[in-house]
Amino acid sequence: MTASTMPLAAASDRRSGLPWGWIAVGGVLALVAAQVYGVLTSPPDRDMGHLQKIMYLHVPAAWNAFIAFFVVAVASLRYLWKGRAADDLLAASAAEIGSLLTGLTLALGMLWGKPTWGIWWTWEPRTTSTAVLFFMFLAYLILRKFVDDPERRAQWSAVVGILGALNVPIVYMSVRWWRTLHQVQGSPMTLDSTYYIPLRINAVALMIVLVAFIAHRYRSAMITQAADDLEDRAALMEGGSRA
Amino acid sequence: MSLRDDWRRARAVALKDLTAERRSRAGLNAVTFLGVLVLMLFGFALGPDTEAMREAAVGAIWLAILFSGVLAFNRCYQLELDGGALEPLLLYPGSRWSIFVGKVLANLAFVFLVELIVIPVAMVLFHVVVPGGALAQIAVLVLGTIGFVTLGTFYAAMSSRSRSREVLLPLLLFPMMIPALLASVQASTALLSGDLMREAGAWVRLLIAYDVIFVAASLAAFEFAIEV
Repeated sequence: MTASTMPLAAASDRRSGLPWGWIAVGGVLALVAAQVYGVLTSPPDRDMGHLQKIMYLHVPAAWNAFIAFFVVAVASLRYLWKGRAADDLLAASAAEIGSLLTGLTLALGMLWGKPTWGIWWTWEPRTTSTAVLFFMFLAYLILRKFVDDPERRAQWSAVVGILGALNVPIVYMSVRWWRTLHQVQGSPMTLDSTYYIPLRINAVALMIVLVAFIAHRYRSAMITQAADDLEDRAALMEGGSRA
Repeated sequence: MSLRDDWRRARAVALKDLTAERRSRAGLNAVTFLGVLVLMLFGFALGPDTEAMREAAVGAIWLAILFSGVLAFNRCYQLELDGGALEPLLLYPGSRWSIFVGKVLANLAFVFLVELIVIPVAMVLFHVVVPGGALAQIAVLVLGTIGFVTLGTFYAAMSSRSRSREVLLPLLLFPMMIPALLASVQASTALLSGDLMREAGAWVRLLIAYDVIFVAASLAAFEFAIEV
């Protein structure tokens, strides 16, 4: 019973903690401002023209997706170590936002790839690894949907998250070998500072949005769980003091 | 609780699974049939150009093994779940990982048997000629199969006890299999053409690293997967 009261206490603690609503609004505003700054200040690229502006969302989304995946791995490890339901919910929240960002990265990459390289998809290492990461995020979330028992779901998804994290560098290495043995893909990352500064600002702005989103999902998951626990307890008490 | 006791326990689990399989044979026959069927489908999809089929042969073999093997892994827990025997098995004294090792050994034997039929059929269907160095080919096959069976057995411990397990296992397993698939196919293809670029060795090293990492990880994590 002590375990079931803990999430509730933690949830109310969070509510009185940082003003996450304002942080989310501030993050979105900062992102909009950073986008405007990037579009206005950087000159059209010699080869890509204004298409280059996709970079200001594409690259930050990719970086932040990897941060989200890192959070999933660390929270999963912590869950297996300490067994606290809160860590599981944090991992799940990060996975939700991470899959969103990975999907965004891939979609923007395709929109960028078609006019610049003439193809929607390339089997370039980073692109391919991001796609694999996307599938692993989705498998993780689907596993959570298919398992009803909370403890079982938490334990299994933690294990899946950790093994997935181990796999990411191996996937990247193997795809890089696979491609470099055949051809070398040009990299759009050799950047001038006029592009690099807006890119950095956008990445930080998106990171604020990421953290706020994770915090929001985490809080609502905690509250949902606390409500479920209360419901269970009320059901158990029925016939006792209530009736 | 010595290592020797654990090993005996693992062997008992493996023998039990293999005996059950030997007495029914339903699983092996069905899975092998599916493997051959997948090869036929690849033939229709890629043929009739002999050269194109020969080039795609290694990939087709691996996909046939992946698609048929994935059916075997859910089955290996299904018998126990149907008979309500998984919990008693877990209640026996001794470490949990010995159960996992037993299951992996039984599945390895099973998948090797499937490969023993599927691969010769593929060589006939796709006109593959092994230019010597068959030992290296077998080593690649064994390394790839170890990674596949270990992770498959591990994820099946979870998926077989969830809703819609038939869908969940490939969703969990196949993204994890990408490096092993890539390494096995590249190494085998390089060896088939005489390994002129000397690239097979690098892929084999990757395969060994992959096997070591995931055998260790799934041994350590099996406790968490099976206890709830």
